[in-house]
Amino acid sequence: MNLNEFLNMGGYAFYVWTSYGITLLVLLANVIGPARLRRKLLVDIARAARRARKAA
Amino acid sequence: MTPKRRNRVILIVLVLAGVGVAVGFALKAFNENLMFFYQPSQVIAGEAPAGRLIRVGGLVTNGSVERQPDGLTVQFAITDNVDTITVQYTGILPDLFREGQGIIARGRLGDDRLFIAEEVLAKHDENYMPPEVADALKASQEAGAGTGNAQ
Amino acid sequence: MFNNFFHKMASPKYFYRISGQLLPWLAVAFVLAAVAGLYYGLVVAPPDYQQGDSYRIMFVHVPAAWMSLFIYIVMAGAGAIGLVWRIKLAEVVSISSATVGASFTFLALVTGSIWGKPMWGTWWVWDARLTSELILLFLYLGIIALHNAIDDKRTAARATAILAIVGVINIPIIHYSVEWWNTLHQGPTVTKFDAPSIHISMLIPLLLMALAFKLYYALVVLMRARCEVLERERHTGWVKQLAESQ
Repeated sequence: MNLNEFLNMGGYAFYVWTSYGITLLVLLANVIGPARLRRKLLVDIARAARRARKAA
Repeated sequence: MTPKRRNRVILIVLVLAGVGVAVGFALKAFNENLMFFYQPSQVIAGEAPAGRLIRVGGLVTNGSVERQPDGLTVQFAITDNVDTITVQYTGILPDLFREGQGIIARGRLGDDRLFIAEEVLAKHDENYMPPEVADALKASQEAGAGTGNAQ
Repeated sequence: MFNNFFHKMASPKYFYRISGQLLPWLAVAFVLAAVAGLYYGLVVAPPDYQQGDSYRIMFVHVPAAWMSLFIYIVMAGAGAIGLVWRIKLAEVVSISSATVGASFTFLALVTGSIWGKPMWGTWWVWDARLTSELILLFLYLGIIALHNAIDDKRTAARATAILAIVGVINIPIIHYSVEWWNTLHQGPTVTKFDAPSIHISMLIPLLLMALAFKLYYALVVLMRARCEVLERERHTGWVKQLAESQ
C-alpha cells in the first residue's frame, strides 16, 4: 500500500481524516487545559502566601 | 439582587430551558419513530395517509433500481417481504444504497401509490467484515441452499 | 492493608503525591495503546465489505461513545459515594470527570455525524439513539454549569451529584434505544450476547482504541483532580509550601 492510497482512504479521506483530526484536537485540549490550570493555581497560591506573610 | 444571585437565577432558567429543549427533542424523536413510519404492506393495505409527510422503510428489491433519463431521478421498489411499493427520488443517494439494502424514505404518498421521497436514508446492519470474508460467507450460504440445508 | 491504602488515599496530600507519580506511566501507556490502535485500525485492518474505508471512523466513534456512558456512570457513582459517605476524594473524582465526559460525548456525536453523512445519507436524524446521546451531552453541560455557579465547593459537589444521579436514567435509555425503538442507528456489534458480529482484524483495533481511551480518561481525571485538590486545599500548609517551592 502506498502513501497516496492510504491518505485517500478509498475516497472517504475527508470524512475519515476530519473525524480523526477533531478527536486529536479535543483530546489535546483536555490535557493542556488542566496542565495550564495547575501551573496557574500554583503561581496564584504562592503569590497569595507571600502577600499574606508581608501583611503579617 | 446581588450579581451572584442574578447568576443563579440565570442558571436555573438555562437549566430549565435545556431540560425543556431536551424533552421537546425526545418527543419529536418518538413522534417521528412511532407515528409516521409505515411498511410497504401497511401502505398497500391503505393505512398510510396520502399527501402527508410520512416515512416508509423496507429492503430495496433486487433488479428494481431504474435511473430516469435526467440522470438524477431514481425509481426503485422497496419490500417488507409481504408487499412491494415503488419509490421515486430525485437527488444523491447515500453510498450504502444498493439492492437488498434496508432503506428509510421520507416523503409523500401519491394517489397512484407512487411514493415521492424527499430524502432517502440507508440503514446498515451491525456486521463488519473484510470483502473476502463476506464473499466466502455468501458462497457457503449459497452452497448450503443448493443442497437444501438452508433454513 | 487495603484499609490502610484507602485511608491514605483519602488524604489530599498523599493523593496529590501518588497521582503525580502515576501520571507519566499513564501517559506512556495511553500513547502506546493509541499508536498500536491507530496502526491496526488505519493500516492493518482491511476495508469493510459494505462501507469501504469509511468504517474506520468506528475506531474513534465507538470507543468515544462507550466512554461517554462509562464516564457518566463513574461520575454519578462517585457523586453518590461523596453524597452518602462525605468522602472528599469521591467528590473530586466526580466533578473532575464532567469535562472529559462531555468531550467524549461531543466526539461520539460529531464523528457519528461525519460517518452518517456518506453512509446513511444525512448528518443527523432524530432517532432515539442520537437524541438520547445528545441529551447526555446536555446533562454533562448542565452539571458543569451548575458546579461553576456555586462558589462553595462542597455545596457544589452535593448539587452536581444529585443532578448526575437523576440523569443516570438516560444511560439505559441510550444503550437499549436501538432495541426499544425503530432507530436508523444499527444495533450493538460487540456487546451482543452471542459472538460479536465483527471480524477479528477489525475487533483488535477497536479494543485497542477502547483501552487507549480508558487510559486517557484515567490520565485526564487525575490531572483535573489534582487541580481540584490544590484549589480546595489552598489555605493548608502543604499546598502553600508546594506552591512556593516551585
